[in-house]
Amino acid sequence: MALHRDPCNEIGSATLEDLERFATAIESVGDEAHAVILYSKLSCGFCAGADLRELYHSSREMEGKAAVQGVRGFLERIHRVMNIIDASPLTTIAAVHGVTFGGGFELALVCDLIVADKTTRFCFPELRLGLIPGFGGIPRLKRDLGNGVVRDLLLTGRSFNATKAQSVGLVSQVVAEGEALKVARATASQVKKFDRGTAAIAKKFIKPIPYEELRREIDLFCELFVQPAVEAGLKKFVESTDAQPYLP
Amino acid sequence: MRNPDQTLDEILNLSAAHFKVPREKLSPDDDFFKTLRIDSLQALDLLTRLENHFGIELPDYELQGVSDFRTLASRIQSRL
Repeated sequence: MALHRDPCNEIGSATLEDLERFATAIESVGDEAHAVILYSKLSCGFCAGADLRELYHSSREMEGKAAVQGVRGFLERIHRVMNIIDASPLTTIAAVHGVTFGGGFELALVCDLIVADKTTRFCFPELRLGLIPGFGGIPRLKRDLGNGVVRDLLLTGRSFNATKAQSVGLVSQVVAEGEALKVARATASQVKKFDRGTAAIAKKFIKPIPYEELRREIDLFCELFVQPAVEAGLKKFVESTDAQPYLP
Repeated sequence: MRNPDQTLDEILNLSAAHFKVPREKLSPDDDFFKTLRIDSLQALDLLTRLENHFGIELPDYELQGVSDFRTLASRIQSRL
């Protein structure tokens, strides 16, 4: 799955539709594949997260309740995609580089393995906007990492480089700049040597999906979304001409 | 261990090489956003390269409001 939408693969309605087609494809692939790789064709990075401009403009066009319903509908769809990738019997590999923020980080987190090149930065900047990650980030981060690291990422909004991410157990391999996809393909070749059914059973055993927390995350996100600070934060971000809109 | 002047010099060298700006056009007190013509995402790219080069971890919130090479160097020096 090659992400390819300028400026940096922001997840709005178009990318969501791409991801939905991808999810349908991996559900129907059967025994024809052992592994799938998600990567970006853009030099800026893997994915800068949710399309905040689309979120802001589409929300402004609707009344309060309708806006929240619209957001909830979007979240339900993206969660469905994330859950399908997470639960896929295939081995899923995220080959990431550069900006891997917010929803992009959450997309990487659904994968079984993350291969990151040295330019990668991971970040959950949502609290800067008065929100929490909404695409399953917190439950999946909690599943994989110690809660102290989760709190650090979430409550400070700071970004980690690939080396730090590997040291806390998030990334399986750190590779030279531009080499993530090549290494992910080599990893997929290794995965292919094993019995697919056994690998699927092992994955199901060691990677439970926190469905209840994921549901709660959608509710919390929608509760927060109606706060005036969120609209103000989104407005500031969308209208900013500051050189550092990502570093408020 | 590097002294502050060495740290600053390495930052200027790395910035010039990566963003393809002649080294002689960069000065310690330059606003690197303007001199390097970079945006916030490219600034994070620079931060990542500096962390990798110096083998340090520098939280990006420590760079809030920092836009000149000299102050950036002092932040990095404090982590060496």
